[in-house]
Amino acid sequence: MSTTQTTSGADSSAELALKPSGAAVAAGQRRTLAGQLVHALSSSTLTVIVVLIALLWSVPTIGLFVSSFRPHAAINSTGWWTSFFPPWQFTIENYQNVIQSQGLGQAFINSLIIAIPGTILPVLVGAFAAYAFAWMKFPLRDWIFLIIVALLIVPVQTILIPVQNLFADVYTSTGFGITGSYIAVWLVHTALGLPFAIYLLRSFFGALPSDLFESASIDGASHLRVFFSILLPLSVPSLASLVIFQFMWVWNDLLVALIFLGGNPDRAPLTVNIANLVNGSTSAPNYEVLTSAAFLSMALPLVIFFALQRYFVRGILAGSVKG
Amino acid sequence: MASVSFEHVFKRFNKVEVVHDITFKIRDQEFLVLVGPSGCGKSTCLRMIAGLEEATEGEISIGDRVVNNLPPKDRDIAMVFQNYALYPHMNVYDNMAFGLKLRGTPKAEISQRVQTAAEILGLQPLLKRKPKELSGGQRQRVALGRAIVRDPQVFLMDEPLSNLDAKLRVQMRAEIARLHQRVQTTFVYVTHDQTEAMTMGDRIAVLNAGVIQQLGAPGDLYDYPANKFVAGFIGSPAMNFFEGAKLEQNGGVWLRLSEGVALKVPEDVAVRAESYIGRMVTLGIRPEHLEEGQAAKRRQGQENLSSHLVPVRVDVVENLGNEQMVYGVLGDKQVLARVDARSAIHPGDDIELYFDMQRIHLFDPETERCITSRPPEAESEPEIVSETTASTFERVEEVEKVEKVEVVEEVEETVTKTEEA
Repeated sequence: MSTTQTTSGADSSAELALKPSGAAVAAGQRRTLAGQLVHALSSSTLTVIVVLIALLWSVPTIGLFVSSFRPHAAINSTGWWTSFFPPWQFTIENYQNVIQSQGLGQAFINSLIIAIPGTILPVLVGAFAAYAFAWMKFPLRDWIFLIIVALLIVPVQTILIPVQNLFADVYTSTGFGITGSYIAVWLVHTALGLPFAIYLLRSFFGALPSDLFESASIDGASHLRVFFSILLPLSVPSLASLVIFQFMWVWNDLLVALIFLGGNPDRAPLTVNIANLVNGSTSAPNYEVLTSAAFLSMALPLVIFFALQRYFVRGILAGSVKG
Repeated sequence: MASVSFEHVFKRFNKVEVVHDITFKIRDQEFLVLVGPSGCGKSTCLRMIAGLEEATEGEISIGDRVVNNLPPKDRDIAMVFQNYALYPHMNVYDNMAFGLKLRGTPKAEISQRVQTAAEILGLQPLLKRKPKELSGGQRQRVALGRAIVRDPQVFLMDEPLSNLDAKLRVQMRAEIARLHQRVQTTFVYVTHDQTEAMTMGDRIAVLNAGVIQQLGAPGDLYDYPANKFVAGFIGSPAMNFFEGAKLEQNGGVWLRLSEGVALKVPEDVAVRAESYIGRMVTLGIRPEHLEEGQAAKRRQGQENLSSHLVPVRVDVVENLGNEQMVYGVLGDKQVLARVDARSAIHPGDDIELYFDMQRIHLFDPETERCITSRPPEAESEPEIVSETTASTFERVEEVEKVEKVEVVEEVEETVTKTEEA
C-alpha cells in the first residue's frame, strides 16, 4: 500500500485526506446518463434563474444610469430603454450641470467629510469596546453588554431633540457650541453606530480561539499589543463588513445631517442637496438633473462595496487552528 | 530550569471545585506527566502554573518564587497548546520571534535563536510559510519551536499531540522526549492518553476528580497501583476487575470467585491481605497476566495448576497477529485475556484461563484502596533517592518471597500427587 511506503508522516496524512475526494469522484462516474442529464439541467436551470433575478434587481439602477446620460428633451418624451436604439442621444451635460451649477461637487466633498470620520470613529471605538467585552474580565461585563445591545432598538427620531438640548446645554455652560458643525454630526453618527458595531465585532472577536490570546499573554503581549498585532489583522473581514454598513448608513443619512447641520448649505451633504433639488423643482421635475445627482451619490458606496467585498469571502483564519 | 511546587492548591469555578487540595512537587529538569480522564483537573493545574487561571487557595511556586500573583509573561514559562495557537497572519519565523520581540531582544539574537530552534526541529525550509500552508505535524513543531526560542524555566504542554493522526503522534512523542533530553528543562505535560504518559514521563501524576490519585514512576504505577482507579487507568487494555471475591482460609488463603471457582493466593500476597480474610474484596488482574490454561501447563511442564485456573466461556476473539485478545464470560462477569496468537481459541469454546497469582491486585471494596500494593509510605516520596531505595528494597523483598512461594507450591503438588496415587 502506498501509504505505508511514504517516509514522512505529513505526506501520509495528506494522502489520507485525499482519499475521500477520490471516492466522491468515483461515485460521480457511476451516475447514470439520465442522472447526469437531470443534474446538468437542474444546475443550469438554477443558474439561469439566479441570473434572471439578478438582472431584474438591477433594472432600476441601469435605468437610472442610462437616464442620467440623456438630454432633457429625450427624458421627458421617451423611456430610457429607447435610447438603446438609434438615434443615440447621450450627453454628459447633466453631470457638468449638477457638479458645477447645482453645487453637487461641494456636497460630495461635504459627504466625504461627514462619512469618513463618521465611519472610522464608531468602528474604532466599537472595536476597542468589543475587545474588552470579548476578552477582558471585569464586573458586570455581560450586563453592560446586554444594555448596549438593547440600545439597538432606540429609533433615531427619539434622540434628536434630547441631543439637541444636550448640545445647547453644553453651549450655555461651557460656551463650546457644536450645533451646526461637523463635530456634532460625527458624534451623533458615532453614538448611533456604536451599539451595532460593538454587537457585531464582539461576536466575531469572541469566536476567535482563546488559545491565541493566552499564547500572546504568555509571550508577553499587553492588551493594547494583542489588539493591534493579533486581533485587528485577524478581524479584517468583520471590520470590512462593518465599515461597509456604517459607511452606507452615514452616506445615505438625511435626517441627522439635516437636524444637526442646521440647514447650512455650505456644509450640506449630498442627501440634503438632492432633497433640495427634488423640492426645489416646482414645475416639471428635472429628471436629467436628479438622475445624474442620484447616480453620483451612489457611485462611492458602490466602489467601496466592490473594493471590500473580497474580504467577506476570504477565510483569513485558515491555518490558525486545526478545525 | 526550575522546580514547580503546589502547596494545598484548590481551584473552584463559582461553586464547582475542580482541583481539591493538591500538594506535590515537580523536580527540576523532570518530565512530569499529568494524566487523567477529561474533567479531572489536569489542564486546570497546568493553566494555574501558566497563570492563565488563578488558584482559589494555596500556593504555587516556580523555583523559589511564589507566582500566584504574577502575570503569565513574568513567570518565565512557555506553553504549547492543543490547537497550536499559532498566529495565523504571521509566518513561521515571526511566530517564533514574536515573544522575543516583545521582550526587546536584539534582532541579531532573535534571528540566531530562531535559526537554532528551527534547526533542532527541522523547520528551516518552512520559516517563510504561513501556518495554513503547513501540515498538522509541522504546525505542532512550530508551536514547540515558539516555546524553545524563549528558553523558559518550565515547558508546559497541554495535550499537544491529540490533534495528530496516530502515526504522527508516535513520531512526535519520540521527538518531544528527545527535545526534553536536549534542552534539559522541566517539562509538565498534560494528556488523557495513558500510553503517552507511560512512554514519555519520568514520573506520572494520575488525577481524578481534582485529586492526585498517585504520583510515581511509570513502572511503579503499573506494578503498584495505589487504588482501583489508577489500576484501571494505567495499562492498556485495562485491568480486569472481579467484584465480590471472598478471601477464605482453608489450608492456605484462597480467593473464591464464585461457587466452585477458587484461586490459591500466594503467601506474600496473602500476608498483606491478612485482615481481609473472611471478607469480600475486589480482584484485579491485567489481561497480560492471564494465559490460556493448556499453554500454561505446557510452559510450566506441570499437569496440575487447578489452583490457578478458572473456567471461562469465550465470547469474542481478536487476533492482532502477535497476540490474541480473548473476551470471555465468567459467570456474570466479563474477562479479557491477552494470549499467545498460536493458541487455537474460537468463540463459544469453553477454556480455562491461568491466573498469574503473583501479579494479582486486591482492592478494598469500599475505599477502593489497593490492599496488596507496597505500603503507602514508600509510594510518593518527594526525593528521588528515597524513592529509588524504597522501591529497590521492595523488589528485593519480593524476589525472596517469590522463591519461598514456589517451594510451597512444590510441596503442595507432591501432596496432591500422593493423594491421587
